[in-house]
Amino acid sequence: MTPAELAQASNSAIYASMLVLTLAMVFFAFSFAAGRRKPAVASSTEVIESEGGTAVITRTEVIDPVIPGRRSANIAMSLTWLGTGFLLLGVVLRGLWAGRVPWGNMYEFSITAALGILVVFLGFSVKRDVRWLGIFIVIPALLTLGLAVTVLYTEAAQLVPALKSYWLVIHVSAAIICSGAFTLAAAVSALALLRGHAERKADGAEVTGLTARMPSQERLQVMANRIIAFTFPLWTFAVIAGAIWAENAWGRYWGWDPKETWAFITWVVFAAYLHARSTVGWRGNRASWIAIIGWSTFLANYFGVNLFINSLHSYSGV
Amino acid sequence: MSEQLPPLSTGGWFRWIWRQFTSMRTALILLFLLAIASIPGSIFPQRGTNPLKTQEWITGSPTWGPILDRLGFFEVYSSPWFSAIYLLLFISLIGCVLPRAAAHWRAMRTPPPAAPRNLARMQSHEILDPADVDVIDRADTFLRAHRWHVLRGESDGAVWLSAEKGYLRETGNLIFHLALILILIGVAIGGLFGWKGNVIVKTGDGFSDTLTQYDAWGGGRFADPAKLPPFTFTMTDFTVEFDRAVAQHGSPKLFKADVSYKANPDATAETTTIEVNHPLEVDGAKVFLVGHGYAPHFVVRDSTGEIVYDDTVVTLPQDGNFTSTGVIKLPDASPQLGFDVVFYPTLQPGSIVSGFPAPDFPATYLAAWTGDPGLDTGIPQSVYKLDKTHMTQIGRIPSLLPGQTWTLPNGAGSISLVGYERWASFQIAFDPGKEFALIAAVLALSGLMLSLFVRRRRVWLKVSTDPNGTTVVEIAGLNRAEGGDVSADIQIITEAVVGKETP
Repeated sequence: MTPAELAQASNSAIYASMLVLTLAMVFFAFSFAAGRRKPAVASSTEVIESEGGTAVITRTEVIDPVIPGRRSANIAMSLTWLGTGFLLLGVVLRGLWAGRVPWGNMYEFSITAALGILVVFLGFSVKRDVRWLGIFIVIPALLTLGLAVTVLYTEAAQLVPALKSYWLVIHVSAAIICSGAFTLAAAVSALALLRGHAERKADGAEVTGLTARMPSQERLQVMANRIIAFTFPLWTFAVIAGAIWAENAWGRYWGWDPKETWAFITWVVFAAYLHARSTVGWRGNRASWIAIIGWSTFLANYFGVNLFINSLHSYSGV
Repeated sequence: MSEQLPPLSTGGWFRWIWRQFTSMRTALILLFLLAIASIPGSIFPQRGTNPLKTQEWITGSPTWGPILDRLGFFEVYSSPWFSAIYLLLFISLIGCVLPRAAAHWRAMRTPPPAAPRNLARMQSHEILDPADVDVIDRADTFLRAHRWHVLRGESDGAVWLSAEKGYLRETGNLIFHLALILILIGVAIGGLFGWKGNVIVKTGDGFSDTLTQYDAWGGGRFADPAKLPPFTFTMTDFTVEFDRAVAQHGSPKLFKADVSYKANPDATAETTTIEVNHPLEVDGAKVFLVGHGYAPHFVVRDSTGEIVYDDTVVTLPQDGNFTSTGVIKLPDASPQLGFDVVFYPTLQPGSIVSGFPAPDFPATYLAAWTGDPGLDTGIPQSVYKLDKTHMTQIGRIPSLLPGQTWTLPNGAGSISLVGYERWASFQIAFDPGKEFALIAAVLALSGLMLSLFVRRRRVWLKVSTDPNGTTVVEIAGLNRAEGGDVSADIQIITEAVVGKETP
């Protein structure tokens, strides 16, 4: 394919992905809303005639073992797989067009990060049922893609000399996986807060409402903890790899450049999270809030520092 | 209740304070403080990295500038409050980690506690089939061979094994925290003994590593500027290419400096190319290419017709298209002369900025001044700024092309643009602590992974006889990490001791 065709194909694949993911979002939303209803109940009436009268026995039974919304959740999951496939195609074509890794500017980083979010989620979904989480993953992924194609879009260009290093592959790919995993952890933590609220309101009774079909708050918290326990070393690695690269490119491994500062802040906040998980009085809701704050500092670094603060890391291309 | 407690002695108070200080809660609060205290450094310009912008900020805001300056907002990472937070954090860390290290050392030397009476209460519990008395011996051998810590005992007529594994979790945790201290030491070594300097070198010019050759040099407390490594280099060529495509028009595609260098005056000269991401490493120091620009070549004659200047002048790029400014000061000319120079690599007639960073249509703007440039006052002056206090402008020319000569008004002389050279700016850095910091960082990461991925778990095996006289073999396990699972271990052990027949 010629470069122009590659460009066209990449952009088409990304738009197709957004379309499919939007559909997935609708189905996730439908399943989510349907989950609020009580399972379908039907009654059958049997009339038993006997001497001296007619007894009517009404038997109530659940005739639909399929919980409402399950079907649309399954459709949504399939659509998410499809949308992720299109996105993967779009990202790969973009890389072919540019002739290098597809994260040389903010547009490319964003589409790859959206892919990262979805891949981490789908990877998670292989072993366990996380359909209830889908909408909270598809929405951030779609927002990232929307921002990428509207505000951040840039034509593929050669890398600026500062980015010509194999560290671009190592350092940035680690950061991309972390962006996906942090998003997942923040979504799960937010749900843990919601679910905890519902559990306290239900006061021991069955939880109803939006969070009815989610795992218990305890389990959500454990899940978030596991994701962060996996991501924190990876983030540490990304920061160390960045420091090695900085030493080779700028002559110092740490210089409190705004990007470095915010990476450090994210690191410190998630370190606090891990400590909070083993501190009495902090392991519950407070830890969930810390996870959300940690993710916010990651976002502040990505959008704030790239676009608004003058940093050595200003490669946004916008 | 509390009034019945005996009053605390001074030592008791100290212990209480120390315990509070080294608690996880304090560590948490200090971590948050550290995160918050880091933020201003990313918002306000910092003197260490951007002195010019810092000064502009302070003068631009006469009320807040001096106050924030005094509070350390322009030197956040060396301010007393930032230092206080991380030092407290590290003291708290040491106070927490050392006792834990001692406890862990003892725990590793102590066999696991006896098996609990009722194994059925544990996380994973299974009855093994077939029940076989020898199972306990086989399990004992197997567990020890797989580096479990095993305690064997008998109680209530039952024979049991209690085994524990995953001590590396705590070992890793301790290594991680101690390695953080090592990183800090590595940073401190670099800060005390390291130095860095900046220098601009024009094509064809040389540099030798002595203090006087630097445009700027700064070192730690124990860095000796008299003992810099005695290397020299000459920039033989400088190449730069800019993107001409529509996307990212004018962004650099490549820049590199060809140099020949000598590690010391007696060494043989070698040649290499310095690029971004490819510094020159010589004699422990690293030479980085950090910037580049143009140096137009002028010939100036004064009113007597004598050549008073025949050299290139370094101009500093002001925008992405390399509109560059510089000055020429000629206090010995007659009359005394000074020039403001603006160099356009690509002149756009009618515009005051360059149209492209490459020299497609080079030209200069010049403003000529007469009078005393004030070089003899003893006050240090920037070589890029003309002090016009005692000077008057005699004329300007919007565009002087190479080969052209501008005859100055009032018979003050003439100036010709001969051509231009390129210059490159280098940062030369020496950090003796970086390898140490890197090793510490790798150690920290390894410790961190052990502490998060290794699971500390216990398993028990018990052979007992039930009231009917039948032998019962039970296996049970417990994962001490939250949400953990021991079923995989139970399965492996079960397979090893009953799954296949021992020969």
